[in-house]
Amino acid sequence: MPAALEISQLHKSFGQVKALDGLDLSVPTGQVAGFLGPNGAGKSTTIRVLLGLLRADSGDVSVLGKHPWIDAVALHRRLAYVPGDVSLWPNLTGGEAIDLLSRLRGGPDKARKNELLERFELDPTKKGRTYSKGNRQKVALVAALAADVELLVLDEPTSGLDPLMETVFQDCIGEAKKAGRAVLLSSHILAEVEKLCDTVTIIRNGRAVQSGTLAELRHLTRTTITATLDHQPAALAALGGVHDLRYDDSQATLAVTFDVDADEMPAVIRQLGQFGVRTLHSAPPSLEQLFLRQYGDDLVGADS
Amino acid sequence: MNSVMNEDLTATGTLVRFALRRDRVKLPIWIGAIGLGMLYAVSALPTVYSTPAERQVRAGLMDSPAAKMMSGPGYGLDNYTLGAMITNEMVLYLAIPAAMMSIFLITRHTRAEEETGRAELIRSTVVGRYAATTAALIVAVIANTGVALLTALAMLSGDLPATDSFAVGAGIGLTGLSFAGIAVVTSQLTEHSRAASSLAMAAVGAAFLLRAIGDVSRPGGNLLSWLSPLAWTQQARPFVDLRWWPLLLSVAVLVVTVAIGYAVSVRRDVGAGLLPPRLGRAEAAPSLSTPFGLAVRQQRAGLIGWAIGLFVFAVPMGSLSDSVIDAVADNPQLGEVFTANGQDPVDAFYSTMALFFALLVGAFAVISVLRLRSEERTGHTEAALATSVARRHWFFAWVGFTTLASAALLMISGVGVGLGAASGAAGPSTIAELAFGTLAFLPAVMVVAGVAAALFGVRPSVSALAWIVVGYAVFFGMFGALLDLPDWIKDLSPFAHTTAAPLADLPVVPLLVLTGLAAGLALVGSTTFRHRDIETT
Repeated sequence: MPAALEISQLHKSFGQVKALDGLDLSVPTGQVAGFLGPNGAGKSTTIRVLLGLLRADSGDVSVLGKHPWIDAVALHRRLAYVPGDVSLWPNLTGGEAIDLLSRLRGGPDKARKNELLERFELDPTKKGRTYSKGNRQKVALVAALAADVELLVLDEPTSGLDPLMETVFQDCIGEAKKAGRAVLLSSHILAEVEKLCDTVTIIRNGRAVQSGTLAELRHLTRTTITATLDHQPAALAALGGVHDLRYDDSQATLAVTFDVDADEMPAVIRQLGQFGVRTLHSAPPSLEQLFLRQYGDDLVGADS
Repeated sequence: MNSVMNEDLTATGTLVRFALRRDRVKLPIWIGAIGLGMLYAVSALPTVYSTPAERQVRAGLMDSPAAKMMSGPGYGLDNYTLGAMITNEMVLYLAIPAAMMSIFLITRHTRAEEETGRAELIRSTVVGRYAATTAALIVAVIANTGVALLTALAMLSGDLPATDSFAVGAGIGLTGLSFAGIAVVTSQLTEHSRAASSLAMAAVGAAFLLRAIGDVSRPGGNLLSWLSPLAWTQQARPFVDLRWWPLLLSVAVLVVTVAIGYAVSVRRDVGAGLLPPRLGRAEAAPSLSTPFGLAVRQQRAGLIGWAIGLFVFAVPMGSLSDSVIDAVADNPQLGEVFTANGQDPVDAFYSTMALFFALLVGAFAVISVLRLRSEERTGHTEAALATSVARRHWFFAWVGFTTLASAALLMISGVGVGLGAASGAAGPSTIAELAFGTLAFLPAVMVVAGVAAALFGVRPSVSALAWIVVGYAVFFGMFGALLDLPDWIKDLSPFAHTTAAPLADLPVVPLLVLTGLAAGLALVGSTTFRHRDIETT
């Protein structure tokens, strides 16, 4: 199936500042793609290029098979956008802002809007300036999720939402996926990305430093093993692929914790069996570890 | 009012330095422009009117009701010295910019800060509750002192008497400060800085109207003149028979308004106005479905305010036409002076009125087009363009609203002047004639709007430079005759090519050229807007 969104070698500079420096990104149809990166990495710039608000300096960008700058108007009928920092018209109510945005896109769906208003517990009669950050975010979310579109572009959509509303949001994204919509989700909340996303792209300094399915990314990094053993696993430290070996012999039994490179896992497990395994706990790498490791490595690289 | 403790003023000094830092470009431009205006008058007038006889001819012209309405109470017309001339004809148009500078300064540093939420951040630090308002007032005092000194020095450079020169300078500066005080009060009333400055600007309009009616009604003005802060500098009679005490009235206004402002400011929440916000409709009206519908909705309240303001302003101005008709009847010589230009004095009066209101509508048009800029800066444009709205559509929705609203405001002003005139000796047909005569300025207004729109498209950060065109048109429209400037300088103003009355003499070709120019400018704006990045904060 063709990708809903395809970016290759995207460059964009603002004066001297290189915001995007050869970015590659792809969102397959019907999938949820996570877009991770620290502040200032270029996430919002990328999204604005995708929306035809910024013109790319160079590179190929295709959204739903169209050019985001040239075909902006036709394209925007087929996508919906939630900005990271929602700014509402101060004198319009939330309900009016939702209706306006839906009508400007074409094809407002009143029933779906009302259902979403209820789920997000949003009062549509308040004026834009009186909403809190979280409620402004809900206005933009309701306007976007109510639209019958093929692609959702969400720039940190849950910032300011309480945990209850985050759950509602996650349900909505799940439904969107089921309905065959593609989603580009830029986020800081790793647990959210881990829960929702099929693929993840990590961006830093305007460039994708890591991308793939979560499974693929996990493959690139280490699994943490915690085991209770009968014998001191002396030979373990010498094995290739074992890192950060730590003992804890304060208990009656011997506990050992270490990280294993994914490729070395079969050999390490075979070896471990020789030391009399009593309990074994294996934790796949969390996205947080991936994220931190990626940035940690980059930081070290940048510093040296 | 609670007594102001030292603690309430904590960090005022820091905030003053911060405000001066933020305004380091704006304020010098305002102050310098006002000072330059005076310097220009002081150096140009002696060359245009080099003999007392020439000045007396000018004094004769200024004795007419229409001239008094637009200038001052006419002290010293019997011995029209350079100083008396400047006080009578220039001071008003230097005091109004000083008032505008002060109003924008106060709202920028008080209400606008609260509206954006920045005040919340500031107030969470060690800052007294009166500090922000006090700091803004101190900056206003600094700026208006600068205005006072520069204008006084400009007059001294023309060898005018020192005491009277400083009285004029102090008068202009204090006028600015009294409107700073008024802005402190209006900033308490509403949550929006735009509404706060509009209310204070309405007070400037009311002050202008009061002294116009008062000054025309009686030589030296009547009680109505004395109610207007804009009149007090002229009422000090500098260069004629100087008295200082009218300037104290400005000080009194400042003290009273600041006391009211402080008292209200501690009785309300940070960020709130006196009127609590109300709930609105849960669903948008059908009209709010297009960019044009949004443009209407966003500017509806402002447009209604302008319409009421212009109408209320126009009717009494129009009613002054009786005085013109009477004056011509009493003094056939005056009629000759006017008809020497080949124009009937009453028509000349109507044309001046139409020009005056057209210039005001020009200011509205620039404000209205510049809404495109603020919509973009706040991120609203981004939200709208992320839906299926073409940039050209968005652009022309807002510019289209400006066009229709400007046309409506011109008509309303013309009808107002016409109603005022028809309430006296003029016939009822005057109403329609003036309505369409004033509407004839629409192409000129649209050229100004077009400049703003083109600048917005090319580079939004400089779009406010469109105000230069308005300033140019006001200055040379109002002082072109006084300064006896070459025609080409006056003709550069888009407003110089329309004669509103009589309607039969409407200059068709120049109006078509202006219309074409306006359309071309709008096209430049729309094309460049289509090809640039959308700016976001």
